[in-house]
Amino acid sequence: MRYMVMHYQTQDAEDGIRPSPETQAAIEEYMREAAMSGVLLSGEGVFPSSAGARVEVTDGKVRVIDGPFAEAKELIGGFAILEVDSLAEAVEHARKFALLVGTERVDVRRVVEAEDLK
Amino acid sequence: MNAPDLDATVAAVWRVESPRVLARLARFVGDLDTAEELAQDTFVAAIEKWRQDGVPDNPAAWLHTTARFLAVDRIRRRDTHRNKVRLVAATSPQVVDEELTELVDGDLADDLLGLIFMAAHPILSPDARSALTLKLVCGLATEDIARAFLVPGPTIAQRVVRAKRTLSAANIRFELPGPAERPGRLAAVREVIYLVFNEGYSATSGDSWMRTDLCAEALRLGRMLASLTPHDTESLGLLALMELQASRLKARTGPDGEPVLLMDQDRTRWDHLLIRRGLATLERIDQLGGTAGPYALQAAIAACHARATAAEDTDWVRIAALYDGLAQISPSPVIELNRGVAIAQAFGPQAGLDIVLPLFEAAELRQYHLLPAVAGDLLCRTGEHGRARKHFLQAASLTSNTRERTTMQRRAAECAAQHADESSE
Repeated sequence: MRYMVMHYQTQDAEDGIRPSPETQAAIEEYMREAAMSGVLLSGEGVFPSSAGARVEVTDGKVRVIDGPFAEAKELIGGFAILEVDSLAEAVEHARKFALLVGTERVDVRRVVEAEDLK
Repeated sequence: MNAPDLDATVAAVWRVESPRVLARLARFVGDLDTAEELAQDTFVAAIEKWRQDGVPDNPAAWLHTTARFLAVDRIRRRDTHRNKVRLVAATSPQVVDEELTELVDGDLADDLLGLIFMAAHPILSPDARSALTLKLVCGLATEDIARAFLVPGPTIAQRVVRAKRTLSAANIRFELPGPAERPGRLAAVREVIYLVFNEGYSATSGDSWMRTDLCAEALRLGRMLASLTPHDTESLGLLALMELQASRLKARTGPDGEPVLLMDQDRTRWDHLLIRRGLATLERIDQLGGTAGPYALQAAIAACHARATAAEDTDWVRIAALYDGLAQISPSPVIELNRGVAIAQAFGPQAGLDIVLPLFEAAELRQYHLLPAVAGDLLCRTGEHGRARKHFLQAASLTSNTRERTTMQRRAAECAAQHADESSE
């Protein structure tokens, strides 16, 4: 089963403050360990919202807003796709990532695959 | 946290952490039996403690700390015993503390690699190696391994017990092979991983066409190995090959469960994430100098299929050239057969028959249903339906897979109809 693990921004990340060398090292160590677990299929980080945009549609009217956006905790900081046996297993990986990287929130959602659509 | 949640969490933590805990313990104590015992003890302690106090924030850290504590305790007791024996023998006792300072946290990668090398040791039979690897490195339960291999649970349990006994008897300890030994040992590891993958990719007996759980485990092991040996082009080649082959898993059965050949598959059902990963791994092999070992070559062949958005776009000439290369470095009748298929696609059925028909002399292929199946197909294409029919019937009699047998019988019947038409003209 595939799960998408999405972590949310810290205010520091949103403000463009680079993580400390220790945090950087911890993140690299985590990525190495995640690769070693054999479950990581893909993963990306994203830039602060200042480099992005938002599309809002109200009553059929489209509004495009440039970043940055105020609520760092509501903003995705990156995602990974894991191939695991269960939600519980995906949660264990999410837990480790959250602790290592210092993010306050990681959402874990199951990826819809072709056979789920039948 | 209620009991079922705790069980699910512990099972998930076991799956993720047990290979690492076991690997570290194996390095601490040297032998697999003791390491496994200590790993079990660690998890029993975890369940008991977490049932009372809830799951800790960092279960991995808790497990590693507890495991080390149990290891230290075991080593102390072992050495105390030894010391007592020595005292009795009136020789001076070993300083116990010296050993304990070696129980530092090593590199997780080295620990995992050491465990993998032990579980896949060439002194063990392939069956023993795969059972041990799936149990120790993947953290799978014996019953799950048994179900995947379509054997009774006790059979796997026995294989594991005997495997550990064999390692023990040969005094195989936890240690990373030196540079001279390493290529051979890595080859043994790859062999196990691909064996597990193939077991899942095509059932060798019974009615089910695939047991995909084993493919997922093999992929997990393959990714693990690739990350632990990132400059080893054959480990990368194995991973690329498995990801590209696995990308087709969902397209290989039709609505009635019948097998669908590669050329007839609905390519929208191919897994494009896996294809992307497989192609990216092949690129990394090129960047590393691209030594063309057998796995890397087979992966390159699979990549040719993966790149073709439609069957007609397949670059058969390139595939034929790759098979020429593969036949040189890793000759075998099966590879020769596949080469014949590629040559037929690239240069016409007669060119293929020139390679395939002589293979009926090969002893290894006498029971191999794909040989007459391919011969039958090529003879159909040259219009020799009478001969083709005989080969399809032979293929039907040789396969133990009921769905394949039905397909071969159908093709034989079609040939009979064609041949009857031809005879009456």
